[in-house]
Amino acid sequence: MTADVRGDPIAHAGGRSAAFEYLTTKKDELVGWARKFSLFPYPFVTACCAMEFMAVSSSPYDTDRFGAALPRFSPRQADLLMVVGTVTHKQAPVLRRVYEQMCEPKWVMAFGVCATSGGFYRNYAAVQGIDRVIPVDIYVPGCPPRPEMVIDGIMRLQGMIARSKHPIVTDTF
Amino acid sequence: MPTALETLAEALAVDGRPARIEHGLLIVEVAPDAVAMTAARLAAELAFDLLLDVTAIDWPERPLRFDVVWHFYSTQRRLRVRLKTAVPERAAAVPSLTTLYGSAAFMERECHDMYGIGFVGNDDLRPILLYEGFVGHPLRKDYPKEREQPLVPYRTP
Repeated sequence: MTADVRGDPIAHAGGRSAAFEYLTTKKDELVGWARKFSLFPYPFVTACCAMEFMAVSSSPYDTDRFGAALPRFSPRQADLLMVVGTVTHKQAPVLRRVYEQMCEPKWVMAFGVCATSGGFYRNYAAVQGIDRVIPVDIYVPGCPPRPEMVIDGIMRLQGMIARSKHPIVTDTF
Repeated sequence: MPTALETLAEALAVDGRPARIEHGLLIVEVAPDAVAMTAARLAAELAFDLLLDVTAIDWPERPLRFDVVWHFYSTQRRLRVRLKTAVPERAAAVPSLTTLYGSAAFMERECHDMYGIGFVGNDDLRPILLYEGFVGHPLRKDYPKEREQPLVPYRTP
């Protein structure tokens, strides 16, 4: 044995290839699998649902189990926009700008009934659901939603991400 | 022996009638031109050092459509006073209390937003809760409760 063979794992396994040395998969499945476990949420938190957001982020519910624990407070570093709470007409331009500043790929969760549909605010001030302003991938109603509902929403979103196409080269890039 | 509130009610008598006491709160109703003088007395003589709120009430069926309402609190005497005046829609204006209470500036802006009450002497009545370009006053009873004025054009579903 010479020194340069010692670093070779195949040589260590007695000349045979060890298990899981390589695998075959589809590119979309591989990228989707990676992306669904690395959601970086941007919490756009405006109202009382924030309390429930804190509860679901930390123990014992712990969104870290889904790879969605680390909130990024810059939209440029985030790929999941969580709109948590009531959005007013005065705030809508801010929300749209935050959404536009996020890099592709990006997803949006409407957290709570106000973000979903305006909730019980039917007046001059409240936007009747953030999907009037930005596209929404998953709606989690409830006032506030139970942590189980939010976790279910994250898991469904993960399923959507895993099943969708993940183009490496797009029209714009 | 009269209570502190009753003594205050006598002191704030309007045309010889003492002010009303309701729910542990003194209610003084004055004409619009007496607002500045009454507020100055509350601030200077009677030790009411906090202006808690400026708001209004819309009574669409009344000739004097709006009640403008101020709440004062005395941190020394721990007493509360509500000052009310009625103004018509055409001349919906009352004197500003910004010279007496700094906090009046923002609260008068809010009241101007919501009810369209003018505050003579407050030079900065820009929208504070609403936004530039908002038409109308949403807390007036004749504002349609479902009228929205979006700043962002809505997406087509």
